[in-house]
Amino acid sequence: MKTIKCECGHSNPFGTEICESCGKPLTNENSRELINMRYEGSAVRSQTYNKTIVDKIWNFFSSVKVGIWIIIVILIAAAIGTIFPQEMYIPPNVDPTTYYKEEYGTPGQIFYLLGFHNLYGSWWFLLLLAALGISLIIVSIDRGFPLYRALKYQRVTRHESFMKRQRLFAVSDTGISMDRVKRVLAKKHYRIKEDNGNILAEKNRFSRWGPYVNHAGLIIFLIGAMLRFFPGMYTDQTLWIREGETVAVPGTKTEDGQYYLKNHKFIMELYGKKDKEYSAALDKTGNPVPKNYQSNVTLYHAGPSDVVGAKPELKKERDARIKVNEPLSFNDFSLYQVDFKLNEFHRMNLKLENKKTGKSYGEIKVNLFNPKSTYDLGNGYKVEMVEYFPNFKLDENDQPTTENSVPDNPAFVFKMFTPETTKGETAFIGIRKNVEAADNKYKMSFSGIETKNVSALTVKKDNTLPIIIIGGIIFMLGVVQGLYWNHRRIWIQQRNGQLWIAAHTNKNWFGLKREMQNISEESGLVMPIDQSDEKSA
Amino acid sequence: MAELSSTLLYIAFIIYLIATLVFAMSLSDKKGKENKAAYTRRWGRVGYVLSILGFISQLGYFVTRWMASGHAPVSNLFEFTTFFGMMMVFAFILLYGIYKTNALGVFAMPIALLVIAYASMFPKDIAPLIPALQSDWLKIHVTTAALGEGILSISFVAGLIFLIRVVDQTSSTKKTKMLEIIMYLLLCVFGFIVVSAISAAAGYETSFNFTDKKEQKVELTYNVPALVGPPNGTQADDHFGPLVASPSWMNGEQAPRKFNTFIWSLLTGGVLYGIVRLILRKRIAAAIQPKLMNLKPELVDEISYRSVAIGFPVFTLGALIFAMIWAQEAWTRFWGWDPKEVWALITFLFYAAYLHFRLSRGWHGEKSAWLCVIGFVIIMFNLIAVNLVISGLHSYA
Repeated sequence: MKTIKCECGHSNPFGTEICESCGKPLTNENSRELINMRYEGSAVRSQTYNKTIVDKIWNFFSSVKVGIWIIIVILIAAAIGTIFPQEMYIPPNVDPTTYYKEEYGTPGQIFYLLGFHNLYGSWWFLLLLAALGISLIIVSIDRGFPLYRALKYQRVTRHESFMKRQRLFAVSDTGISMDRVKRVLAKKHYRIKEDNGNILAEKNRFSRWGPYVNHAGLIIFLIGAMLRFFPGMYTDQTLWIREGETVAVPGTKTEDGQYYLKNHKFIMELYGKKDKEYSAALDKTGNPVPKNYQSNVTLYHAGPSDVVGAKPELKKERDARIKVNEPLSFNDFSLYQVDFKLNEFHRMNLKLENKKTGKSYGEIKVNLFNPKSTYDLGNGYKVEMVEYFPNFKLDENDQPTTENSVPDNPAFVFKMFTPETTKGETAFIGIRKNVEAADNKYKMSFSGIETKNVSALTVKKDNTLPIIIIGGIIFMLGVVQGLYWNHRRIWIQQRNGQLWIAAHTNKNWFGLKREMQNISEESGLVMPIDQSDEKSA
Repeated sequence: MAELSSTLLYIAFIIYLIATLVFAMSLSDKKGKENKAAYTRRWGRVGYVLSILGFISQLGYFVTRWMASGHAPVSNLFEFTTFFGMMMVFAFILLYGIYKTNALGVFAMPIALLVIAYASMFPKDIAPLIPALQSDWLKIHVTTAALGEGILSISFVAGLIFLIRVVDQTSSTKKTKMLEIIMYLLLCVFGFIVVSAISAAAGYETSFNFTDKKEQKVELTYNVPALVGPPNGTQADDHFGPLVASPSWMNGEQAPRKFNTFIWSLLTGGVLYGIVRLILRKRIAAAIQPKLMNLKPELVDEISYRSVAIGFPVFTLGALIFAMIWAQEAWTRFWGWDPKEVWALITFLFYAAYLHFRLSRGWHGEKSAWLCVIGFVIIMFNLIAVNLVISGLHSYA
């Protein structure tokens, strides 16, 4: 590789603007303008090569301007996506093709047609995020390594024009105590290097690595987010579980077996009169305000079973209360309280009665989830369940059918046998709709109902979380490192019987100037002049 | 305890007001005899001490309200917005401590005052926490996010000072117009407070019945005369009736009422702006500019940048990272593209873009200052509009 040899003897990589070692400007040598200190004038690849297609792609993504544009495009797209609700937040039973038009008119239709209803999962949004990731990687490599080299090879004694062309610079007579200067600098936490009576005082160089650290954190974060699409990393399922039920927890089956959960009780509490401190607010809303949603459960585990269909042997793991904000976590999994249904029909009681006398010949208890086909009441009285519709409705041909297996609107066809009617009488029994033959002598009538609450729990496994957490922590450390500290350097040199002072900071010049003022007051060093002020004045 | 709490907030408000006046006085150049620098420094110090006293009083409000309610008072719009104002004052105290620039107080304190006064227009009752909010992360996430936003707001304040200082006022340009729009909008907030306060004092009320998006019959009670009614609503009394119906796509909670108040604010802001212009007989920014001529623009630019540099990590931590941790615990996922989440991300991306713009030389100074103004607009949008217009999981605050 070509190198540039500086007069100080140091070999710089091709493209270097300021000698890494002595600081001599290698381009615009005779200019008197302030040196551009960005990246220490190091040989940034993207500023040096622009021939092959690889160079061009590299240069595109390493450009800070391109990076900013990617950020802005993501920002604007994300903002547009919030104008109307995303598809995942519209009611689940509606058709999005018509929903957006009906709800929001033409703007809504345009929103839908352009795909903004599912923006954050769309290929082009993911592509933008990928572009941001690539930009982060390339820009960090492009600037980070040359900068590291330049700061590593910098020497104490810098070139004359490097000194002169610093923003803060002054020349004064010698004759002050260098020991005192060094003491004052050390007190300000500067690390001092000396060479031939010249001084380089430097502090907080690590702050220069902040941007690269936070970019690395972001890249790790994005990789973590991407890993979700790999099988086995991520589970998200919903589990409806009735009180008293024990069910296998979906998604928790592994080689070691399977988790089971029993729901003992679902509890909903509301704020009431006892909560005195909130009485004013509660009176005003008038609506009940929920205080707690909770499922009392027991978690079981069953080992792998060799026999298909064999009843699993449940081993109790622990009792738990799952509340909103307090998920139950075990292994890689977490169970969250997300929804509930109060008072779902569970058992329905019906009486067999003589229509004329009203006399009852016994009661049957129908378990709505597992009804029997025959209920024998003794003494020749018997009820057969011919048909059962847990969630009754009429289909398009006006035929009875069921919407699903949840007993929200149970209906039955019974055949009633008595010693008097040995052939049996048929009746259709539903909530507020009974159909029977006019000459039926017996009837079934409701005599009671039992209900149970149902808890909805979300089963979640997200093995990408540790990576995302690490990415987040690294990002935060990098941001703080880069923004809360400044990299400051002060060069003091003896030249031709004069004392030259130059100072540089990567940001917050007023802070540096104030510090220089302090140093100069305490040590007698002359206060450097801000040469950018002179120009603007 | 609750009463003590509101008294302390009231005291804080008064002290902030006095501090604003003291800072404004410290910039006046009438005192010819005295040494100008010493005068400015002395009154600046008085204003600073007052700001700190006010902050301590507001801290007292915060602590006592916490004790009264049993949870950190950041759980509804009144509490959150008040706290945001308090964090603006805190951020100001921090940055004034570093840069000792009185002009910062002249602008930061009244803007914080506006924020706190705006907050007091929301229902102030101590409200119970719904299950989703019952978490330690409520206090951690919300306070850190508000602190970050408070510090970022100071970058807007400094940016505004920068613009008033440097934008050429000799002729009317796009820039002078934009500056006047900012002044007008600040007056609109003031207008909102004036209208609400007058209506509240008069006890004005008018109500509507209408059917909302979810096919539910809702009664809406307006506390200011109805210029804009709910879509397809009927007025329940014979007060001044609505001139038009509010757009049906606004489906936040009580959106028509809020939209009506919004229109009122814009109108009152316009009247106030007109009066001020008539008194000053020049653009508001042009009238302020001479008071700022002693300021170095580079210093103000650095204050603005520094506020972003300090505020950005705090904001990221509070509004994104803590938010994600909590969301994972309460909503089963750390990120769900809820509008409030998205707007926090937008704020983050915007300030990230700002920090990268600062790497190029041409973006220091004026362009930076305009960016800080836009950043503040985004923060305010997330605070106000996302709740007004867009319905989401954060509907409680």
